[in-house]
Amino acid sequence: MTADLGLPGLHSGVELVPTTDAPQTGKDYTSDQEVRWCPGCGDYAVLKAVQGFLPELGLRRENIVFVSGIGCSSRFPYYLDTYGMHSIHGRAPSIATGIATAREDLSVWVVTGDGDALSIGGNHLIHALRRNVNMTILLFNNRIYGLTKGQYSPTSEAGKVTKSTPMGSVDHPFNPVSLALGAEGSFVARTIDSDRKHLTSVLSAAAAHRGTSFVEIYQNCPIFNDGAFDALKGADTKADAIIPLVHGEQIRFGAPLEDGRGSKVLVRDAGTGGVKVVAASGVDEADILVHDAHSPDPSTAFALSRLTDAGYLNTSPIGIFRQVERPTYDDAARAQITTAQGEGADPQARLASLIGGGDTWTVV
Amino acid sequence: MTKQVKQLDRVIIRFAGDSGDGMQLTGDRFTQESAVFGNDLVTLPNFPAEIRAPQGTLPGVSSFQVHFADHDILTAGDAPDVLVAMNPAALRANLGDLPKGATIIVDTHDFTARNLTKAGYQANPLEDDSLSEFALHKVDLTGMTVEAVKEFGLSRKDAARAKNMFALGLLSWMYGRPTDPTVSFLEKRFAKVPDIRDANITAFKSGWNFGETTETFVVRYEVKPAPMAPGTYRNITGNLALAYGLVASGVQSGLPVFLGSYPITPASDILHELSKHKAFGVTTFQAEDEIAGIGAAIGAAFAGHLGVTTTSGPGIALKSEAIGLAVMTELPLLVIDVQRGGPSTGLPTKTEQADLLQAMFGRNGEAPVPIVAPQSPGDCFGAALEAARIAITYRTPVMLLSDGYLANGSEPWRIPGVDELPTIDPDFAEPLPEGEEFLPYQREEATLARPWAIPGTPGLEHRIGGLEKGDGHGNISYDPANHDFMVRTRQAKVDRIAEALPPLEVDDPSGQAKVLVLGWGSTYGPIGAGVRRVRKAGYHVAQTHLRHLNPFPRDLGDILSRYDKVLVPEMNLGQLSLLLRAKYLVDVVGYNEVRGLPLKAAVLADVIGGLVAEAEGIEVDLTPATKEEIA
Repeated sequence: MTADLGLPGLHSGVELVPTTDAPQTGKDYTSDQEVRWCPGCGDYAVLKAVQGFLPELGLRRENIVFVSGIGCSSRFPYYLDTYGMHSIHGRAPSIATGIATAREDLSVWVVTGDGDALSIGGNHLIHALRRNVNMTILLFNNRIYGLTKGQYSPTSEAGKVTKSTPMGSVDHPFNPVSLALGAEGSFVARTIDSDRKHLTSVLSAAAAHRGTSFVEIYQNCPIFNDGAFDALKGADTKADAIIPLVHGEQIRFGAPLEDGRGSKVLVRDAGTGGVKVVAASGVDEADILVHDAHSPDPSTAFALSRLTDAGYLNTSPIGIFRQVERPTYDDAARAQITTAQGEGADPQARLASLIGGGDTWTVV
Repeated sequence: MTKQVKQLDRVIIRFAGDSGDGMQLTGDRFTQESAVFGNDLVTLPNFPAEIRAPQGTLPGVSSFQVHFADHDILTAGDAPDVLVAMNPAALRANLGDLPKGATIIVDTHDFTARNLTKAGYQANPLEDDSLSEFALHKVDLTGMTVEAVKEFGLSRKDAARAKNMFALGLLSWMYGRPTDPTVSFLEKRFAKVPDIRDANITAFKSGWNFGETTETFVVRYEVKPAPMAPGTYRNITGNLALAYGLVASGVQSGLPVFLGSYPITPASDILHELSKHKAFGVTTFQAEDEIAGIGAAIGAAFAGHLGVTTTSGPGIALKSEAIGLAVMTELPLLVIDVQRGGPSTGLPTKTEQADLLQAMFGRNGEAPVPIVAPQSPGDCFGAALEAARIAITYRTPVMLLSDGYLANGSEPWRIPGVDELPTIDPDFAEPLPEGEEFLPYQREEATLARPWAIPGTPGLEHRIGGLEKGDGHGNISYDPANHDFMVRTRQAKVDRIAEALPPLEVDDPSGQAKVLVLGWGSTYGPIGAGVRRVRKAGYHVAQTHLRHLNPFPRDLGDILSRYDKVLVPEMNLGQLSLLLRAKYLVDVVGYNEVRGLPLKAAVLADVIGGLVAEAEGIEVDLTPATKEEIA
């Protein structure tokens, strides 16, 4: 039996969060705690970007909550002057689910890492995505365990030599974007710590999305996995390494042609049903894949996610893979309560009739 | 024909059949009828963990025992006076519990060669003289049911399914139960399937009429209503009372209730019940696992709701780390453990009290958690309110230890007036005057509680978490002296709860007892019944029962020292005994059983009698009381 849920038509992720006219700056979002990441850690760049971006939302600071799990990146909430909870390993999405469901007036953020979100907390991550709880999940992926000093993570490439894998890891890694898409994610994106502009634009879209926004951030660990994303950052290599995804635009990359456009393009692969990279020259314009993040069918988004290297990262699509509207868990749960409450009767009178219901008898 | 009517002061009936035979429903209906009639009563459902164990086998037997009386009773009774057995397996599984002379009513229809073999019978016990010590009534319940409902055109299988209502009708006649509640119950339950509804009602009435007309049964029994304190009553199970207590906690604190839960026997009924009460602003979140259930409840607590998680022992094991987080972050949280037989998966549908030490110590580090335990099904309501009071007042997770017996058992419950219920003040932190610094770990002097500052409150933005907190400011601190101070402070906060607890009530009518019986949780009924037997036989014994297991009431040490012997009966291997010995250096005597069933009053009476004999240097003979079989 299924019921018509009669859901409210909410669209923005921050639609019910109180706003302020008072001007805000990054400083307002900076707590008095000393930031204690290693020198050169990619987390600094993300923190700066978030502190710089939050004022743009124009929300009341007291209505923003950051929740994290355990790991280097999970120290994040301590450095932001909002409400925050540094919780336990892997459980941040479940705690954030409670916060977001309890309170429609809060902007809820989860900060997590590849170990926190994909290993110990994998279950909570996929269920948050499935339910589409209104929150933004920032997954800092450095492809290594940093806080425990250098063991391989669920995104480390097979064969990786680490403290716990002296002969090379025999684990096959997760592709976080593929996983999020498979878990019914309604907003799935990937960005890079070092590209502040792109990072900010993705955060902005993620915050605006109603539902679970999943953002994988490639983040360099200079101590235990330095250079993991060098191909995407190097001046000589990045044109061939980054496949930029922009909704409504042709997917092109590679060294520019004379017209300034990328020399490689994506086309549909009739053989696999997926997509493939081909040289732009000789391809009919009409055959070049135009990115559609809003497609209700996630198949192409998934095919795009598979262009990410599972080994050392020489190629990776970057951008918003998928952004579709779907009812959120928390809106639906609150709507049921509103419906059940109906006209506000006195709660104590309601309680009296509840406990006094059923078959009763009176002794005088 | 005119039937003889015989007065009884109490009766214990056990309905037993295959797990698909509807015995729980039958027992529950008989209970409701008895409650409405005004008897005091206590019930004991007993069913397999398998939803449909192989039909006709011993593991598939499901039973429901109801004890009803014209006086105040405390237990579901040790041994049934009447057994209704729907098949050979039900007879065989329950026969050992029957005293000589007990009445047995069997459905002869299912005593086929095949079913007898399945139940392990070599010969049909209805045809040899193996049951000669009992008053055996052989009735073709199924055959008569099928005949009675013929007009509704049901398949034979569907028609036969109404046999439990035929049995209920027969027993209702035999004990003069009111029938209207069951007829209206069936009308409502099967409103959408008129033929099934009519068949069940007809079967029920036919069972009654069969009793009235047949010569098989010549005696009807009368058990008069029990005198009870004035008030309006209903029959209630522990899980229902607990769910109502949670709703009431929300109303009385003005906080929306947020339940994060994962289905688990025998706690799921609380989730089911609370999911019906959205009108009270109750949110029920069925999580992906036990950890997410408590995680969401902690998140909701941080956001200013009354966070609750419900589970059983295995779920507590999974939630332990998160309970530690709630200890560290000092957020109000209710953790409800409906205990079942353990360890591991253990006995999911059977009762036990073996999670006390898990509740007390089952976390890493020094992580004290207050513990509250209800003593009867109806008491689960008040215990939930008490747990909520402690959680909110002291900003701490609180463990509530119910168990399978309380959860599914029922008793008449005097419905309290809402104005009798305590109110609980959440006392949220308010915005501070300009320039004043907010200190999230600055404590109230009386309670050592920290402020509950919820998101949305301007100026109180702060970060909490599992890392050790600096005193006052609450920032991360690795300072050795601070850690020592904070560990001791969290313990002191829990200890301080005892200061606001009322003195323990000790029931020692003669004031001459040398033996004290001390219990906790659902053993209250059997202990009370055992104590009554000993007193009725003319001996002195005192009784007290703990609702608060952490911290203990302040006067507990003094009370223990006043008695020569302290008996602690528990459905575990001596967990409360261990705590009492450690804390008070008192050589308590344990009586321990872990059979998945409530303790028996008669057994406890013997144990108490033995201790009285030892303590007073006298001979103790309980025979006179046992004859009267007071319960």
